[in-house]
Order: sequence, then structure tokens, then C-alpha cells
Amino acid sequence: MAEAPDTSVPPILSANRISKSFGEIPVLFSIDFDIRPGEVHAIIGENGAGKSTLIKILSGIEQPTSGTITYDGQKVVLPPNGEAAAMGIVVIHQELLLAEHLTVADSIFLGRELKSGPFLKLRDMREQARAILDTLHVSIDPDARINTLSVADKQMVEIAKAISRDARVIIMDEPTAVLSVAESRTLFEQVRRLTAKGVAVIFISHKLDEIMELADRVTVLRDGQLIATVGTENLTPDSIAQMMVGRELSNLYPPKHEPDVDADVVLSVRDLEAPGISGISFDLKRGEILGFAGLIGSGRTAVAEAIVGLTKKSGGAVSVQGAPAEFADVSKSVAAGLAYMTKDRKGRGLLLNAGLQPNLTLLTLKKHLRMGFLDGRSEEQALDRAVRRFDIRARDPSVQVGKLSGGNQQKLMLGKTMESEPEIVIMDEPTRGIDVGTKQQIYHIIAALAAEGKAIIVISSEMQEVIGLSHRVVVMRQGRMAGVLEGAEITEAEIMRYAAGIKQGGENERLSA
Amino acid sequence: MSVSVPDTASKQHKGFRLDLKTAGPLLALILLIVLGYSLNPLFLGEGNVTNLLTRSAFIGIIAVGATFVITAGGIDLSVGSMAAFIAGMMIIIMNAAVDSMGASIWTVLLGIGCSVILGVGAGFINGFLTTKGKIEAFIVTLGTMGIYRSLITYFADGGTLSLNSGAREIYRPVYYDSFIGLPYPVWVFIIVAVIGWVLMNRTAFGRYCMAIGSNEQVARYSAIKVDRVRTWTYILQGLCVSLATIIYVPRLGSASSATGVLWELEAIAAVIIGGTMLKGGYGRIGGTVIGALILTAIGNILNLTDIISNYLNGAVQGVIIVAAVYLQRGSLGRRGRKAE
Repeated sequence: MAEAPDTSVPPILSANRISKSFGEIPVLFSIDFDIRPGEVHAIIGENGAGKSTLIKILSGIEQPTSGTITYDGQKVVLPPNGEAAAMGIVVIHQELLLAEHLTVADSIFLGRELKSGPFLKLRDMREQARAILDTLHVSIDPDARINTLSVADKQMVEIAKAISRDARVIIMDEPTAVLSVAESRTLFEQVRRLTAKGVAVIFISHKLDEIMELADRVTVLRDGQLIATVGTENLTPDSIAQMMVGRELSNLYPPKHEPDVDADVVLSVRDLEAPGISGISFDLKRGEILGFAGLIGSGRTAVAEAIVGLTKKSGGAVSVQGAPAEFADVSKSVAAGLAYMTKDRKGRGLLLNAGLQPNLTLLTLKKHLRMGFLDGRSEEQALDRAVRRFDIRARDPSVQVGKLSGGNQQKLMLGKTMESEPEIVIMDEPTRGIDVGTKQQIYHIIAALAAEGKAIIVISSEMQEVIGLSHRVVVMRQGRMAGVLEGAEITEAEIMRYAAGIKQGGENERLSA
Repeated sequence: MSVSVPDTASKQHKGFRLDLKTAGPLLALILLIVLGYSLNPLFLGEGNVTNLLTRSAFIGIIAVGATFVITAGGIDLSVGSMAAFIAGMMIIIMNAAVDSMGASIWTVLLGIGCSVILGVGAGFINGFLTTKGKIEAFIVTLGTMGIYRSLITYFADGGTLSLNSGAREIYRPVYYDSFIGLPYPVWVFIIVAVIGWVLMNRTAFGRYCMAIGSNEQVARYSAIKVDRVRTWTYILQGLCVSLATIIYVPRLGSASSATGVLWELEAIAAVIIGGTMLKGGYGRIGGTVIGALILTAIGNILNLTDIISNYLNGAVQGVIIVAAVYLQRGSLGRRGRKAE
């Protein structure tokens, strides 16, 4: 689509044999990357492939462990803390970093206000802000407060801010993740306008169709390795998906035991509608592990939270064990044998300042009452059991949970969830940010629970995990079910096709197994 | 596992520091007693000890309630003017009752009943506005503080409301008489503290308060009815204020716009000195009791000696409060950094 920029032009920014380790853990291996003025260069890869680390290095927020950065023909050490912005390398983060109560003009000039003596030149700033916004062909009032703007408009303010700083390289981190299709269109026009002026744009996205449309070149990362840098004209969405994936499944995952064909349906969801999601229908059987795949923000967590009553659903029906289930709050769903384990261990799952025992029993404290008073012995026994069952390793049960490793925190949270003895468990990102050994333990626990006859939903952004564990996989895209995969169809490439919107659903006949 | 190394290291530190932290307020109180005795042996005279305990009962009872509010992540600034308002209403109601049916034990019981209803109701209003109204507790209780203070001024017509002397004669023993050597207010304080301790440490309610104050989201995701528990903390606070007022009214038999001024700050100070964290999540009833005793003892010692002017009572209390919070935050800061 985009005109191919002149390949003879030297790159404005290039990274040569960049490696990065955090402590002893290597995350990037000898990456080469360059971008020319006027070019859109996309970086893609799965979660954890090293995209964000590469961006941080290219914008100076992190320093590479080895390798060099060349900017404008000269070897440079980019200054940290975003000071690279002053040199013309600007990052537009996914979570836009704007002060909500300032005006648009204030935001554009934040940190380099126009002044005469100690006083702000308010009118000059307002006029210049308006001029910049005019060049973007957007009608945003420079006096509007940021918190009155839509997400798309906020993004435009960020772009205006970048332009006002004479940015030569703009790095956009998943800019369309929070935009509607129409808003994405406007954004693409802006990107084209910028590149026509010679600005280089590094574009991170999971949406392969967008990349095909916008990018001149694509760099694929996988597990911190550079897989390829290819001109878009030589690519198809399928070939990109292949490059992103291309990995063998190891015996990290326990063998799958298919649930009985005639096993009872324990959870049935029909036309569920809630903020951010609609048209969700599926059945879950005893002993089944149902995977929920999809990109971040595709609505998987929203489905879970609507089912258990954490958010209000606006339509549709949920039934548990055949009985209609309208959970007004979490305690009702727990009582009905349906438990949800959050993906946000530190913010929503555990009290980081408390010890193991109060955390383990918080969800089910009523079980440990004797004549209305807490029974410490009963709580201790519960902790002993959970420590053995889930192999939670802490030297001292009174140690603050915040000091445990991520893996032990996750196992404790699993223990907390299973304390309610649920028949149905929804696990949201059950292995996020934990080491591979603990991952394997958790996979085996999940498989064992299913073998016991529990019904389990696993929401995960790691595709191998979904594939390795699930009997069936629901792929979500933009708040809807893009497809349901079964058996041999469950492959990374196939999931990616649905998640990225290359393939559409229409398999409603298979929604209920 | 790599985690075991920092775990053992922190454990040794923590064991020592935690002891210091829980025992800190008690050590401070002992120090204060030794100091008071060395400055003036009368400090530990029987009369003075009883007097000190009785004085500390008002703030102490209110502070027990405040411990729940603060532990659950809230704050109640209205308790001082709420006490004045309830005291005034009690006097008005009892005087009216005396007019219509004469002074009897029933008059006093009627006043006490009304006090409890008013306290619980006022607490519920604070709780309802903060949870259902989703207004910050600081703002809500700043508002109700102003309302109650001006209502008592209005009812007293800018002056003083005095209890009918007949009713006062019947009511008087509640403050001035003793049971097994201890005045009734002290007994009330002890009972409130014991019930408060059990509630905080031995019931699901106490655990929920700590969980909510520590992280409201975690509480919500753990099936805790956050709004309901929060509202109950304010109701408890209101009940404690009404109990404190019930033993306060017979002391002077009057109420005015100057009644209970700054009690809210003394109650919060007692809670904080006792080791409860102002930002919530960790509450200590025992500490609160000691905190109330420390605050009262400071004033008492200044009264008994002439090294520092009694007018500087507030200054000394202020220094103690700031020092207590500084020590709390110091150990917390270290913990926070290690967790990262």
C-alpha cells in the first residue's frame, strides 16, 4: 500500500547486534534493526518475544547489555528517562501518558512551556497548539481538558506533542489496541502524513491486517531472537503468523484426557453481553479444559468477570449445573461452586502486606468460624493442606506474601481459589510472569483438577499454554467470539488467524459441543 | 529456589523489628509513667491513677471505634461534634421527659436509649454517604462535623444546655461511682476495648476490615461485601461515640458548642500512636488503648509538674504524634523497598 521509500537513504536510527539481559536472564539476542526516514517499520511477535524491551532500548529507557545504537549517522548512547525525546525519538505509549486535568495546549507544551520571564505565554502556546492540530486536520480545542477527550483524540494530542518536538522517529506501541476501526483509519492517515514529511514511524501491533496495510517493512521477533526483517510486499498475514509461531510443543504439558462425550454441561453461557463484550455463547462440560485465546483487550477477562458477577451483565443468560445463575456479587458465584482466579495477582489477588494464612482463607473465611469466632487452628490446617497440595514454598508462613516469588504467589492464589471447592474454575493468565518450572507444576495441577471432574476455563495470552492444555479453544476478538477450535484445529497459526481477524467465525454450530 | 535467600535474611530482621513495633507504644507508656513518677510521686497516687483512667475513657472509647474505621481505609472527623450533638440532644430529651413525667431512672434510660439511636444513625449516615454516595470519607465527615457542631450551637442558642437537676442527681453515679475500685467509665472503656479486640482479631469482620484497608480490589475479588463492611465500621464508630457521651454527660451535666472540640483529632492520634496505620490495612485495638492512655498521661504529667507549662500540652502531644508516625513510616519504607 504505502510507497516504498528510497532504500538508498541511510537509516535515521539503527540498532546493531543489540543484546539485553535482566540479571542473568537474557531477553534479547543480537538484534539488528533499522528504520529510514519516511518509513513505517512494524515490529511484531508474541507476548514476551522482546518487543517492548527493544522499544525501550531504541528510546533510551533501557541501555543494551551489548551492541550499539546509531542515530542520524552517529553512534550514540541514548539518554534514559525519556530524554531521547529532546533528540527527536518520541514514544507514544499504549497507556497514554497525559495529565488528565491539563488542557490540550498545556499538555502539548508540558515541560517546555513558552515563557516570557517567569510568566507563561498562554496565548502563544494556545495558538501554536492550534496550528499543530490544524496540520493534523483534527478539530480538537486547545483549551479542552484532556479528561474530556476520547482515547482517539488523546492519541492525536500525543502525536501533536511529538510533532511540536520535531520528532524524527515516532514509536507507537499498540496504538490501535484501544481504537475503533474508524478511529484506526484516522490514525493511519496521520501516520501517512507524518511519513510523507520524512518522519520515521516504528509501529507495534498484533493486528496483522493493519501491519500489511501500513508498514513498509516488518521485523518479526520470537523469544528474544530476530527471526526476519522482510518487506511487506513479500509477505502475507499467514506467512507472518508462521514466522511468529514456529515452535515445537515440548512435554511441558501433561497428556490430555478428553472429557467423556456424555459428561454433564456444568456451565452454559448464552448471548452474554456486558461492557466490552457481546454475543458470547458456550458450554463447558465436567472434566473439560476450555481455553480462551485472543489478544490483550479482546474481552476475555470481561467475559469471566461478567459470569461471576464482578461486573454487571447487560444481557444474556448464564446457567450453572442447569440452574439459571444471576450472580449479584462474587460471594454468590463462589457459593454456587464457580470461582474466578484473577490475572492481577498483586492488585486484585493477594494482600501483599499480609501473611500466607490470611490470604489463603480470605475468600472462604466463613468456613473457619466456630460459634461466630475465627478458628485459628482450622485456618492453620487449611494452610498446611494447601502448602502440601500446591507445593507453596515459604520459609515462614508469617512472611509477607509480597516477598514471595511470583510462582509461589501464583500457587498461593490457586490454593485460595480452590479453598472454595469450586466445581467450575476460571483461571485468568494462571502462569503470567512465573518461571518455567512452576509453570509446568501449575499445568499439571490444572490437568489433575480436570481429571478429577472439575470444569476449567483457562484464559491465556500465551498461545502454547492454551494449545497445550485445552480440549477446546474459544478465540476472542474485539469483544466477540471469533471462532471455536477443537482437536487438530488447535494450532498457533489458526488461533492467530482468528485473533488477528484474518478468519471470521461463523461456526456457531460448534459453539455448543 | 532463589527466593529462599532473601526470605531468611528478612526473617531475622523482621522478628526483631516487629517486636519493637508492637511493643513500642507500651514501652513509651512505661517510660512516660516512670518519668511522671520521678517528676512527682503523686502521679502514681491512687486518686490520680483513677482520675487518669477515667479521663482517658472518653477518648479511648471513641478511638476504639476509630480503629475500625481507619483500619478499613476510612476516616471519621465528625466524632467530636457528633459527641457534642448527642450530648445536647440527650439533655434536651431528658429535660423534656422530666417536664412531662418527672425525674426517674426511666428518664435517664430514655436519654441513654436516644443516645444509642442517634450514634448508630449518625454513623450510618457517614457510612452510607461514603460507600453508596461514593464521596471521600474525609469530605463526608468534614461536612457532618460542621453540621453537628452548628446544630448543638443552635440548640444551645450559643450558650449551654444544662440537665435538669433532678435527673442529674439520678444520672450522676454513672460517672462518679465505682465498682470494685474502678469508676464506671473505666469499666465501660475496658468492656468496649475487650469487645473491640475480639471483633478485630477473632471475627471475620475484623479480618475483612484489614483486607479492605489493605487493598479494596483484593477484598472485592475475594467475595467480601466491601460497602457493607465499611458502613458497619462507621456505625460502630457512632455507637462508640454514643457510649462515650453517655458517660460524659453526667460529669458536667451540660453540653455546649465547646463540648468535644478536637476529640476527633485526639481519637485519631490515639489510634495512630497505637500503631494502626492511617492508610488502613492494619489495626491494633491494644495499641489504641495505650495511645489513649499516653495522650491523657501527657496532659496529666504537665498538670502535676511545672517544668513545662500546661499550655504546651498540645505541643507535646503533637510532637509525640509526629514521632509515632515517623517511626511507623520508617519501618514501612524499608519494607516497601525490599519488596521491590
